[in-house]
Amino acid sequence: MFRRLSLLLAVVVVLAGCAPGEARGGELTVFAAASLTGTFTELGAAFEAEHPGVRVRFSFGSSATLAQQIAQGAPVDVFASASPATMKAATDAKAVTFARNRLRIAVPVANPAGVDELADLADPRVKVALCAEQVPCGAAAVKALEAAGVKVTPVTLERDVKATLTKVELGEVDAALVYRTDVAAAAGRVTGIDFPEAAQAVNDYPIAALTAGPAAEFVELVRSERGRDVLTRAGFEVP
Amino acid sequence: MSSANTPEPQKRPGAPPKRGGVPPGRSGVVAGRLPWVLVVPAVLGLGFLVLPLAGLLIRAPWATLPSRLAEPQVLEALRLSLVTATVATAVCLVLGVPLAWLLARVSFPGRRVVRALVTVPLVLPPVVGGVALLLVLGRRGVAGQWLESAFGVSLPFTTAGVVVAEAFVAMPFLVISVEGALRGADQRFEEAAATLGASRWTVFRRVTLPLVMPGVVAGAVLCWARALGEFGATITFAGNFPGRTQTMPLAVYLALETEPEAAIVLSLVLLAVSVIILASLRDRWVSA
Repeated sequence: MFRRLSLLLAVVVVLAGCAPGEARGGELTVFAAASLTGTFTELGAAFEAEHPGVRVRFSFGSSATLAQQIAQGAPVDVFASASPATMKAATDAKAVTFARNRLRIAVPVANPAGVDELADLADPRVKVALCAEQVPCGAAAVKALEAAGVKVTPVTLERDVKATLTKVELGEVDAALVYRTDVAAAAGRVTGIDFPEAAQAVNDYPIAALTAGPAAEFVELVRSERGRDVLTRAGFEVP
Repeated sequence: MSSANTPEPQKRPGAPPKRGGVPPGRSGVVAGRLPWVLVVPAVLGLGFLVLPLAGLLIRAPWATLPSRLAEPQVLEALRLSLVTATVATAVCLVLGVPLAWLLARVSFPGRRVVRALVTVPLVLPPVVGGVALLLVLGRRGVAGQWLESAFGVSLPFTTAGVVVAEAFVAMPFLVISVEGALRGADQRFEEAAATLGASRWTVFRRVTLPLVMPGVVAGAVLCWARALGEFGATITFAGNFPGRTQTMPLAVYLALETEPEAAIVLSLVLLAVSVIILASLRDRWVSA
């Protein structure tokens, strides 16, 4: 038993030692908000095609988490976040707004609670999921609901927009407030409903190049005609 | 495998091990210098485990600590954490000890497979476990649908859901620990009881259970600690709502998004409470 354990331990140690290091030659590291996963993956492939020898590596996640990692010294060349506040927390580098996102009501395709406007979410029989106020989509939801004067008691405050959407997809809640882009990405599995007060809580997405070199070119690609096209197709509004 | 590990003297008939006696080497002094091949890794290991804790202590905002602790949300989350972890441990004891007994004492076809299945929640990323629970016990889940239509019970987004998620993730710790204790225990006591006419249930209650009690307690402690720190399955299955399903780890995670200092305070509270409880339990039960 002991021998087996020590063998296992040895294997683990060796494997850990073999893990790739932090070599960054010819590599562009992009930290981006989770809601950019689809669009940026596509743009990254396009960038690699245009710049042979450069590999684009992505880390997608909650903007706040990524911002903290950057502030703690994570090696990163480009940061695209879902809110100006998280961008400011991460870096002093100059950032530009490259996309905007607004909220939609997402309901399961069958729409069991018969939701068709924001006021319906106030009904206590309707189970609603919102993002927690600490993450950008939750802050936007609070703003939009306040603007509409609708008081909602959610059953859960989710940690990010994808988790919120999953609850709708699984049919565990009757409605949620998520971004337009998330509804578009889950087309066929959820139905999106627009509401006018979403205009009061539009999220600006800033992007910044944090290092010299190809980072600025990547930012350019995102803001180019091609980048705007990819973003628009995913449901973003571009300035 | 277990028989090969049994110490030699125990195999000799006519020399039963002294019950409650001290195993050799535990209290006896082994002479000689400490071998550095053991001491150096041991110290490194200890440092590795303790340094992150030191990091929390160093960065803790001591000045604002009292006012943060007094926030009702913190106390609410702490209370919820303690209650759910304790109930989850109770659930694990009721279901897990018999399961461990079944695995250790009854031979049935497919026992190896069942034993491997018990460890699934250990390997499964907790978030995946939470999704799996939703698929079974959720509103549209196989069993959840039936629960809701028959009893009007819906587990997701309830405190009971937190208990379910914690028990799912923590039970393997208890089962493995108790099963190990059962397999290491001397079965001749049970056989003797059986030859004297005791039923299997009586043997379990009067002989087996007292014999493996230290293993059960150790397993329950591990199980409780794991349940207390549970995050992924809980937030996925039970959601996150203050006072109902927001346990300390969930509160820590969300605080980390905006207020890292608050997150440190919350982590310290969770740590302090769990260390105090575990240490007092240890003195009372484990080392006795």
